[in-house]
Amino acid sequence: MTTQALIYLFVGLSFALYIGIALWSRAGSTSEFYVAGGHVGPAVNGMATAADWMSAASFISMAGLIAFLGYDGSVYLMGWTGGYVLLALLLAPYLRKFGQFTVPDFIGTRYYSKTARVVAVICLIFISFTYIAGQMRGVGIVFSRFLDVPVDLGVIAGMAIVFVYAVLGGMKGITYTQVAQYCVMIFAYLVPAFFISFLVTGNPIPQMGLGGTVADGSGDFVLQRLDATLTDLGFTAYTEGTKSTIDVFCITMALMVGTAGLPHVIVRFFTVPTARDARKSAGWALVFIALLYTTAPAVGGFARLNFTETVNETAYAEAPGWFTSWESNDLIAFNDRNGDGVMQYRSGAPFEGPPVFTGETGEAGERLVSNAPAEGENEVYVDNDIMVLANPEIANLPGWVIALVAAGGLAAALSTAAGLLLVISAAVSHDLLKQTFRPQITEKGELLAARLAATAAIVVAGLLGIYPPGFVAQVVAFAFGLAAASLFPAILLGIFSKRMNKEGAIAGMVTGLAFTFLYIAWFKLWMPQANVAENWLFGISPEGIGVIGMLLNFAVALAVSAVTKSPPVEIRRLVDDIRLPSVKASS
Amino acid sequence: MGDNISDTDASTDERARDYWRANVRLLAVLLAIWFIVSFGCGILLRDFLDQWRIGGYPLGFWFAQQGSIYAFIALIVIYVRRMRAIERRFGLGDE
Repeated sequence: MTTQALIYLFVGLSFALYIGIALWSRAGSTSEFYVAGGHVGPAVNGMATAADWMSAASFISMAGLIAFLGYDGSVYLMGWTGGYVLLALLLAPYLRKFGQFTVPDFIGTRYYSKTARVVAVICLIFISFTYIAGQMRGVGIVFSRFLDVPVDLGVIAGMAIVFVYAVLGGMKGITYTQVAQYCVMIFAYLVPAFFISFLVTGNPIPQMGLGGTVADGSGDFVLQRLDATLTDLGFTAYTEGTKSTIDVFCITMALMVGTAGLPHVIVRFFTVPTARDARKSAGWALVFIALLYTTAPAVGGFARLNFTETVNETAYAEAPGWFTSWESNDLIAFNDRNGDGVMQYRSGAPFEGPPVFTGETGEAGERLVSNAPAEGENEVYVDNDIMVLANPEIANLPGWVIALVAAGGLAAALSTAAGLLLVISAAVSHDLLKQTFRPQITEKGELLAARLAATAAIVVAGLLGIYPPGFVAQVVAFAFGLAAASLFPAILLGIFSKRMNKEGAIAGMVTGLAFTFLYIAWFKLWMPQANVAENWLFGISPEGIGVIGMLLNFAVALAVSAVTKSPPVEIRRLVDDIRLPSVKASS
Repeated sequence: MGDNISDTDASTDERARDYWRANVRLLAVLLAIWFIVSFGCGILLRDFLDQWRIGGYPLGFWFAQQGSIYAFIALIVIYVRRMRAIERRFGLGDE
């Protein structure tokens, strides 16, 4: 069978599996639609959480980012795992004990205020939509590269699949499809990683391979070889970073706290039966996530080494097949500035901005670009994303591994998109309609509203995927920064401070949200040319500024609550109740 | 429970308060370790730790890209176990 046929087979089988599960687990009540009835076991929920959490960015982009960032890539590894410690210790068990359906539910009830609930809904919808745009782009990329269909058609196919299982199945359907998607995704990630680690180092375990020696008899450690190869070409050594320590610190913190504050992650802990299960489940989730996250740095390191050694000083005419096939997808470009037909891969950009192809080909057969050349000698443009997608081809792995990676990338993007769609629809039907504007709505009406809201959200998400708002990776900084600066402090104070009242919480959320939003929008959208370290507040980049937003939120909330009246006695009783696991019947 | 904890309001309140203190103490210890392995070893002390190696990994780099993640898992496992023990001690728990 050809690789192309294998890809269609694997992707088709995985889609049939998801739809089969969706039909088998349809949601019949709002409780099933929002929280799967609260009957999901801790290990199953952990696995679903891992799929929910690990998005197209984790599966497709992260190893590539690490490959090009080296040590600086650690911010993603620590940031996107350390948040689970905060979640397990500070939020999940108490939110489960509180026992409602959504994150705004907690904030609205704890702060006895419809205003607080609506502010939380606004934060949630903004965070979730910025996040979902990236998922849909991921679906489009996988479709266009592996299945040779246009990106738009790929996005529409993805929307149709998610529609079937998110709208029919609600949280119940999503939970079990996410379990299946986790299995597809992790298998698709680990198999090529084992192969590549074995090829490069002779040790199939990637986590050990990256710390091992290159299997060419030289006795060099992989990381030493990488450092030496890269510094020779003018790059920073792989194990050193270029970001300042304060920036690495703040980005890591913002990603950790942001992870703990992401509504689609938090809501998964409403689906387990008890507070104790919520703790266990966070542990399981981190174990399943760590399988991919400890493998990613190895994949990144090997890919960088392979790519550099294969491409640098190779004549374009002799470039391997994957090079030209990714070039035809706009993700690679060769700008032969010295006209020798040989690819010089050096530090720095080959030209200004992303490639704009002219449609003509150069002497060696490369696609020409019209971009103005940049300083330096580098001739090769490469998009981070190809490191995972092209890795099996770069390492000459068999066709079924490539097909597996295609199915895995789709599983990662679809599982996260479905989780996000669900929190958006629950926020609209439950928080805005049932709890705020239309309290007389029947359960049947609410369930219908939830399905309609999910449908509308899918359409918006699809449009965001077809017409991506600017550079999607930049927009993702919003999601984490805003979650860290708005929702996390409000939830944490709601549990750990009995004195915190609605005035403090609302003032804190609005301050954190406004500050973080303006800072990121200023540097990312309005004044991108000013986005350099000299202009940053305390040298903190927009990716890390959520930490300052969070501190402002805490400070404002505590100050305002200190000068306004304390919350009513039933709220303090509610907090007491949340803090205790249900008391056993006395002996 | 065999323990002679009477269920008057006063003792239940006291029990709840002690339980909460024990919980917060445990959180403080675990979060201190969380901070030390990631922000300490992986970021602030990285250059200092890089003078030692684990195989081919410089030690600070290893903490940043591998070690801290393993430590996070260990922290949650310890937390789940210790909380069970605390709940048992105070006769609380959700069965």
